[in-house]
Amino acid sequence: MKKQSEKKSNNKYIYLIIIIIYFAFIIYSYIFNIPSGIEIGENLISFLAYMIKILPCAFILIGLFEVWVSREKVEKHLGHEGGIRGYIWAIVLAGTMAGGLLVALPVSSVLYKKGARLSVIFTFVSASAIVRIPMTVFEASFLGIEFTVIRWLVSIPLIIISSLFLEKYLEKQNFSIK
Amino acid sequence: MWFFVVTGVLLLLSFLLDRAKTRKALLIAYKRILVISPSFVIMLIFVSIILFLFPQEKIIQYLDSGYHTVNVILAALVGSVTIMPGFVAFPLAGILRSSGISYMIIASFTTTLMMVGTVTFPVELTYFGKKVALIRNIISFIIAIIVALLIGIYFGEIVL
Repeated sequence: MKKQSEKKSNNKYIYLIIIIIYFAFIIYSYIFNIPSGIEIGENLISFLAYMIKILPCAFILIGLFEVWVSREKVEKHLGHEGGIRGYIWAIVLAGTMAGGLLVALPVSSVLYKKGARLSVIFTFVSASAIVRIPMTVFEASFLGIEFTVIRWLVSIPLIIISSLFLEKYLEKQNFSIK
Repeated sequence: MWFFVVTGVLLLLSFLLDRAKTRKALLIAYKRILVISPSFVIMLIFVSIILFLFPQEKIIQYLDSGYHTVNVILAALVGSVTIMPGFVAFPLAGILRSSGISYMIIASFTTTLMMVGTVTFPVELTYFGKKVALIRNIISFIIAIIVALLIGIYFGEIVL
């Protein structure tokens, strides 16, 4: 236990050092007009602006979910009792959700807390990267519908199968989602 | 935009039904943001550097040179380390297609781009831990390669 907390604070220091060096470099670049540093700074601002539009809403929805949806409901649909319906739910939820992986990860944490099974959670997280509807429409319009259909047909079953294996493997370890 | 509206409506509804619960929900949201913010800042730093190292012109240049098989792997690696939203990625894929790059290479690039999260790794690590985050991304990489190969077969780019 002690070792673990030590390790964690080590990580914190590493994070802090990276952050300080990075921002020192960016500020230095702006002052002394270094193009590469300024470009990186601008990338940071544009990506941050993009994320700020999504993340606060996502976390508020997660909070609402946590207080309003009962554990029994989650267990019934996304837990071991849910059967194949759980995976269908996971894919529907992933397809209609905004934000992709970055939102799916905190959502997975609240689902886990409420008793969803691991393979459904991993299916959901992986699917959030590949089945989002707005993205899929974009893909089909630029690369053709056949391209999209093959990608779905191949990747979805593989995601479910690999999630089941991962669940089986992790059930023997003492794994938990933070 | 619809995301704001949905969140706003649900929040209002929740507030009207039960103030105490809504307060609790907002507190949960706040705490969860605090937990993830350090990894999130690290991710933003990675993203800003990666976007600098891999601008669009460079990606096109990478995927448009050398041997076919090598390019499939190269595309998978570039897709794994970069990050971009769909509305940037697919127009880019369209450009790649019109400059004669095969579906297989494009699939390798876009699928790893979507599925393998190198820059989001610090965030994933916070929730799943190092080992599981790593396993999940390796599995995603393998699935992406399988998708690319099957797309190659379907479009007749690989002759069996």
